[in-house]
Amino acid sequence: MEAVLIIKGIIILAIFALSLGIAAYETYFERVVAAYIQDRVGPDYAGPAGIFQPLADAGKLFFKEDFIPALADKSLFILGPSLAMLTALLTSAVIPFGDSFIYEGQKILVQGIEVNIGILWVFGIVSLGVYGILIGGWSSNNKYSLYGAIRAASQNISYELAMGLAIIAILMMTGSLSIRSMVEAQHGFNWNIFYQPLGFIIFLTCSFAECNRTPFDLPESENELVAGYHTEYSSMKLGLYLFSEYVNMFISSAVIASLYFGGFNYPGMDWVYSKFTSIWGATVGHNWATVIGICVLMAKIFFFIFLFMWVRWTLPRFRYDQLMDLGWKALIPLAVLNMIITAAAQLSGKPLWIGLILTLIIMLVIFLPAIKKRTVKA
Amino acid sequence: MLSQFGFILLFIVGAFLMLAGILGMARLLRPDKPNDQKLLSYESGENAEGGSLVSFNIRFYVIALIFVLFEVELVFLFPWSVVFGDKQLIEQTNGLWGWFSMAEMFVFIFILSLGLVYAWAQGHLDWLRPDQKVNPFKSEIPSDLYENINKKYS
Repeated sequence: MEAVLIIKGIIILAIFALSLGIAAYETYFERVVAAYIQDRVGPDYAGPAGIFQPLADAGKLFFKEDFIPALADKSLFILGPSLAMLTALLTSAVIPFGDSFIYEGQKILVQGIEVNIGILWVFGIVSLGVYGILIGGWSSNNKYSLYGAIRAASQNISYELAMGLAIIAILMMTGSLSIRSMVEAQHGFNWNIFYQPLGFIIFLTCSFAECNRTPFDLPESENELVAGYHTEYSSMKLGLYLFSEYVNMFISSAVIASLYFGGFNYPGMDWVYSKFTSIWGATVGHNWATVIGICVLMAKIFFFIFLFMWVRWTLPRFRYDQLMDLGWKALIPLAVLNMIITAAAQLSGKPLWIGLILTLIIMLVIFLPAIKKRTVKA
Repeated sequence: MLSQFGFILLFIVGAFLMLAGILGMARLLRPDKPNDQKLLSYESGENAEGGSLVSFNIRFYVIALIFVLFEVELVFLFPWSVVFGDKQLIEQTNGLWGWFSMAEMFVFIFILSLGLVYAWAQGHLDWLRPDQKVNPFKSEIPSDLYENINKKYS
């Protein structure tokens, strides 16, 4: 029991370090990707190719003076960014980053905590994430901050519904709330994206909105609201807000990869596993196969992080009425439809390709008018 | 399973400790010299007129109300979705279970969709659109001139 506790402690520390480290380097890659897309050089001053830029940024945030506006509610002003960071960090507890390591005959899962309510935990903590922004914006006692906070709250709750409905379609296929059993059901190349293409699009859009990323970054749209909900923040409290956005991006990429793209599964994993165990024996081979699985999951996560950045530097921001229309009038009905299709497909017992073709036809019918409109305008 | 939730508690405590560490370290390192000018609310350089805790658009409130209704729907759907495809139950009832649970949930979702349609038809989901005015100004420079320039220098 003692050893297990120590190992769990190490895993928890490792997950914190991993989320924070990846978040720090996301800020660097964000700049590199932006520079590449805008045909600039990007950060190149701190260290070779600017790789120490995140460290310099963190140092700057630590040494800046931090003032709390005279009109602000002091305790809530400090609580806001702390809550934002806390909710961002807690989500990573249930994500399975890999299969398991065998150590002294015991199987240790590469996961913070394996609970039977995994996805419900993620969903609940993400809902709590609204409070961080809302409390911070409200307690600043600044009109820009208040507008940003209300926009953020309204946007997050609108997109949460479609996100939940998309998750439910996945749950109906797996019959379990544990993320690990969802990932294990996608063994090999049996990924959920082939069963849930529409659900994947809905989930991806909603995760953009939940992370307040462009094209959904209305809470902090800088040409309308100065800096939105963090107008009055400075020093490390501002740093916590900015950091929590990047941690959220990492976590939502991990959740997308686990729910739709098979997590640590990859085609040919059984062959690799049997090869490794025959070369190095059951224990060492198993551990090496797990390491490869972790690398595969990381590659998927980095792809989605890149997608987040790619979209940010390509698409302009929505108008608020467009944002609300997309959430309530497009995504929620589509998510309900997706759920009904999934239920019917589960019960009919027909092979996969019939469902795929049906979904494609439905998607064509829905998206064709929009595409036509656009081509006529151009 | 209880021990797993114990680890969740450990995780939460760890996150709190880390936050306290970051904020405490920043407090030790940073300068602290407040004055009246620094502590003013930022409003693009002007002095702030009145407090900010004023009434705002009622639409946000309506959206929040509709959200609560649908969130409750989600809470009911989560347990349903887990037992929906249960192979054992389907076998025991000869396939009846799946169709029964699906029909039951269809009634539930139908009523809620009706609610959404009602809110939609009542215009609670509509937001103010900015007027898009077409500029009546007509330039005397023909547009093909620009195209020719673009072609010449591309």
